[in-house]
Amino acid sequence: MAKITYVEFNGAEHVVDVKPGMSVMEGAVKNNVPGIDADCGGACACATCHVYVDEAWLDKTGDKSAMEESMLDFAENVAPNSRLSCQINVTDTLDGLVVRMPESQH
Amino acid sequence: MGENDAGVIIVGAGHAGGTAAAQLRQYGYDKPIVMVGEEPIAPYQRPPLSKAWLKGEADAESLALKPESFYVQANIELILDVKVASVSREAKTVTLSDGRVLPYGFLIIATGARARPLPVPGSDLKGVMVLRSAADAEGLKAVLGPGTRLAVIGGGYIGLEAAASARALGGDAVVIEREPRILARVSCKPLSDFFTDYHRARGVEFRLDAVVDSFVGEAGHVTGVRLGSGETVACDAALIGIGVTPNDELARDAGLECTGGIVVDEHARTSDPAIFAIGDVTHRPLPLYDRMFRLESVANALEQARQAASAIVGRPAPAHEVTWNWSDQYDLKYQFAGLPFDVDDVVVRGDPASAKFAVFHLNGDKIQAVEAVNAPAEFMAGRQLIGQRRSVSRAKLADMSVSMKEVAA
Repeated sequence: MAKITYVEFNGAEHVVDVKPGMSVMEGAVKNNVPGIDADCGGACACATCHVYVDEAWLDKTGDKSAMEESMLDFAENVAPNSRLSCQINVTDTLDGLVVRMPESQH
Repeated sequence: MGENDAGVIIVGAGHAGGTAAAQLRQYGYDKPIVMVGEEPIAPYQRPPLSKAWLKGEADAESLALKPESFYVQANIELILDVKVASVSREAKTVTLSDGRVLPYGFLIIATGARARPLPVPGSDLKGVMVLRSAADAEGLKAVLGPGTRLAVIGGGYIGLEAAASARALGGDAVVIEREPRILARVSCKPLSDFFTDYHRARGVEFRLDAVVDSFVGEAGHVTGVRLGSGETVACDAALIGIGVTPNDELARDAGLECTGGIVVDEHARTSDPAIFAIGDVTHRPLPLYDRMFRLESVANALEQARQAASAIVGRPAPAHEVTWNWSDQYDLKYQFAGLPFDVDDVVVRGDPASAKFAVFHLNGDKIQAVEAVNAPAEFMAGRQLIGQRRSVSRAKLADMSVSMKEVAA
């Protein structure tokens, strides 16, 4: 299990144990953590699972695909550490990961 | 007890109903929530049933909207494998098929739609199926594989996704379409031509302009589809994907206003202020297009779930969304946004032969809809431009050397 901390835009923290193999998005949605909508369920089709990855974890969360990059280009309030959380696969090395959410996914 | 202390009853445990329940709790709603579903399982995602799940790339656990434990923790009562037989608006109660009578403060009808049958001889043969539920998908998956041939009746997205999955699993597929082109109801001709060519190049056969006369079989099992032309297309299974019918009977019987779906306002409220309706079953306003329409998509189900939950807890209504949807076939990601109403011109950006292009549907200098194949920037920018009702330059839109950032600037 990897412990992941999801921080809502208002600062509320949700610490969740996520099974390796799931995506960071699934870890939030299946535990009803607010702030990640994931309308397409993880198909990289909607950009409503946008998160900011804590700087310390950027190298461990891997690279963005061209698809993800293009989707993020047009999301709101994008920063260099923006990711689509459906594209981050959870492994044991992500134990302790912290992600923050934007004000809105829509 | 105040009149709304009875809480919320949600009829239908699909994507819309499950999301409404979860949103109500996220918004702090603390009264009882009961969700009644006729399928034996908790809410799950349907889109993967014809995509990743069918190809074996997603398991049942990943299909579930939430784990079972969520409903216990969130105090959402699930009553599954049971139908709602009737609604008494006067008494504010629903009667279940097992005889139980439950009171409601608010009712949310999320009964979805059902696959349209094809009433021709032989449609009751074994192996003639539809794809709507997880149980349907199990049945289809069981027959796909090397050496089997799937006949798909209806060249819509579900049928094409099933054909692509059949090929991916090593079987054969033939798509039978009544119109002269596939996707005639939902997409423009350049897209139809592109998808036809792409599927053909991957071994899918097509019969266009083809009417199904009957299904033929042996020992009670389908062995072929007989066409109006006299040809019989041999198959081991046949999938009927010719659209859906909204499950609005419960609402009609209760006297709610319906016209090809339950009529709702922009808060997903029906003609009875205590009753909401969400998802595929609704006939809803489309503020961007100034008309009423019935949509069949996850995005629509989620938007209306948020509208209904917001109205019930007294939150401001969420902003209107540009409707959108997607389809996965082979290595193609198809995304569309908006709806092609009142279109007077179509601009193709990029070369379909490269399998990376987009089609913009215009009304004057405004984008009404965008269809994008492996073109996420065009989809995302298009969706924004549709929502903002911004004017765009046709010349720039058609020019690949002008980035979508510049087009949208």
